[in-house]
Amino acid sequence: MNSELPPEFIVKVDYDRCRRCRRCVMNCSFGCMTFKDRVVPEHRRCVACQRCVTYCPEYAITVSKNELAYKENENWSPEIRKNILKQAETGGMLLTGMGNPREYPILWDHLLIDACQVTNPSIDPLREPMELRTFLGRKPERLEFSMDEAGEIDLVTEIEPQVRLDVPVVFGAMSYGAVSLNVHRSLAMAASRSGTLMNTGEGGLHRELYPYSGNIIVQVASGRFGVHSEYLNTSAMVEIKIGQGAKPGIGGHLPGEKVGEDISKTRMIPVGTDALSPAPHHDIYSIEDLSQLIFAIKEATDYEKPVSVKISAVHNVAAIASGIVRAGADVVTIDGFRGGTGATPMVIRDNVGIPIELALAAVDERLREEGIRNNASILCAGGIRSSGDVAKAIALGADAAVIGTAALVALGCRICQKCYTGNCAWGIATQKPELVRRLNPQIGADRLTNLLAAWSLELKEILGSLGVNSIESLRGSRERLRGVGLDSQTLELLGVKPAGVGQ
Amino acid sequence: MRIDCKGLYYRKQNKMIRDFANDGETEFILDNANGQRYIGGGIEKKIKITVNGVPGNDLAMFMNGPTIIVNANAQDGVANTMNAGEVIVHGSAGDVLGYGMRGGKLYIKGNVGYRTGIHAKEYKKQVPVIIAGGIAGDFCGEYMAGGILVLLGLNRDEGTPIAGDYLGTGMHGGVIYLRGGVDESRIGAEVSVLEPDAKDMKLLKKYLAEFCGHFGFDLEEVMSEPFVKLLPVSSRPYGDLYAY
Repeated sequence: MNSELPPEFIVKVDYDRCRRCRRCVMNCSFGCMTFKDRVVPEHRRCVACQRCVTYCPEYAITVSKNELAYKENENWSPEIRKNILKQAETGGMLLTGMGNPREYPILWDHLLIDACQVTNPSIDPLREPMELRTFLGRKPERLEFSMDEAGEIDLVTEIEPQVRLDVPVVFGAMSYGAVSLNVHRSLAMAASRSGTLMNTGEGGLHRELYPYSGNIIVQVASGRFGVHSEYLNTSAMVEIKIGQGAKPGIGGHLPGEKVGEDISKTRMIPVGTDALSPAPHHDIYSIEDLSQLIFAIKEATDYEKPVSVKISAVHNVAAIASGIVRAGADVVTIDGFRGGTGATPMVIRDNVGIPIELALAAVDERLREEGIRNNASILCAGGIRSSGDVAKAIALGADAAVIGTAALVALGCRICQKCYTGNCAWGIATQKPELVRRLNPQIGADRLTNLLAAWSLELKEILGSLGVNSIESLRGSRERLRGVGLDSQTLELLGVKPAGVGQ
Repeated sequence: MRIDCKGLYYRKQNKMIRDFANDGETEFILDNANGQRYIGGGIEKKIKITVNGVPGNDLAMFMNGPTIIVNANAQDGVANTMNAGEVIVHGSAGDVLGYGMRGGKLYIKGNVGYRTGIHAKEYKKQVPVIIAGGIAGDFCGEYMAGGILVLLGLNRDEGTPIAGDYLGTGMHGGVIYLRGGVDESRIGAEVSVLEPDAKDMKLLKKYLAEFCGHFGFDLEEVMSEPFVKLLPVSSRPYGDLYAY
């Protein structure tokens, strides 16, 4: 069937400026740019990834929206009409990448942070010590000490394994397969330099990254790809993936064409087979079963590593998180509906799940009410875009925040949402060697390290203005947040007062 | 060494096995086992564990090398995500056997429950083998991505099917052999029924000889009935569901 889909973007080449160097042709991985006697764009193929725009030495290329491809209509948006046309042509589920881009409220942008004035002086983080260090893992209910005859004091309470973070931001789970090995290399190096963690996702761990084991969360998902006892033990923490914010309740399909020699080795499946992750773990049909897997992992790692359970933020998230903590998890990772993915049906990404802000507030509240908040750390994922979001998440009750998309943007991602095509022009969501090598892992690691360093400075400024000197003092301190433009029920759910109300 | 497992908590029992194995002990006999979980879990050494009594769930989970002999029935999750080694059960076993199993052998004398061999996979020389002497429950070989699964259906009542419904549903790798044929209404849409060739029979004979050796079955009698094999139609069963 011939496609009647109008092009989404129009690529304009300023031929007065164009030197005909063909760099744009070489850089375009979507086959949009061809060279005849001059550069000729095939608008239909453009995904607005901005690669040609960035690499044109003459700045001769601009990409714009194909404005009147669809006559204005508030109800029948271009997106909706485009999707119907595409499905009428193919009969398939619409596939997409990255996180939910729709106009749902972003609650972070309706929360404001307090600061000290006059009566309670602020602290200058440039000259006074400021503590961002965070430990993930189960904390004891109380500490018991003993004193011997010489007056030496010893800790009697046995402390469960903890993972130290020097900055309360960890990299989110992105599998080798969904992203390139150079992304994994960049993340691992940056995590190691910044004193934080990267997460393998469910595609196993490439042997080359084994030396970074102290900064790696290894994931166990329903497909169990690349999971063996050595993998479990080459980690700082093990994570059981139940759900993902971008696709709650559904599995994952890594298409066979992305399963090349190296992916096949890491995932331990034959070259060219689809890597199918079932929607549920078939050994987990209840909280008791989850507990069984948690302790199977603890047995296999000799109780030396915290075990995290990652779920997507869904309606009943608070009760589920309570069950997870009671099942023995040391860390709960909650992934909001803005969380990203390499591939998911659009209908799921755009319509399923709840905002992370509400989910986080509900989980923290529930665990406190039940007196089990100390039993697990909370990692907050899905839509964290800045250090401001991190600070707000921590004030709402998170122990640390998780960034996936933000990290990829630092590596060059332009959020064109075409990850599922495997054609990523920035060498991120691709396995094609000629594209993968566009991302230099050394430079990638520098960029990620810079991002975390910048956020650390900003977090310290926020803490200083709040008049506290450690991130610990902000954790769960919702009194230091105020809401603007939020209805009273949302404020109540967030446990936050409206702006304008004092203590 | 012998360990009396009566009233012994699984954590203590498994720690003993790990510690002694690290110190060089190679053979363990667990007497009075009664539901202790994770026996052999994650062990990388080539030790031998004999379980007298019923072991708990997730026997041999993440196991990478040992041999486990169970002189009774086994429960759910045997050989879960197992990498290498051998598990021999002189009885029947429960649900979700060999989930994500990637290597080694799982021999069950009797029947097996639901979802046997689910998402078993293979990588080069690592090919898991699961053989059950009896019948299987629903969703046998579901999502199978590799490996060899054999159901013999021995000693079953007349008219009892060899496996439940949705046999091989979602299968995209590996092979299932069934002794005495299969009712095609029970198989999943992603598999087709074929006749085994000489190469298949040679492979079957090799593993069935081992199987019969363990449990005292007569190989010739087992091989006397014709087998059928189930193969996935595609290694990419869900490739055309999407609009790109």
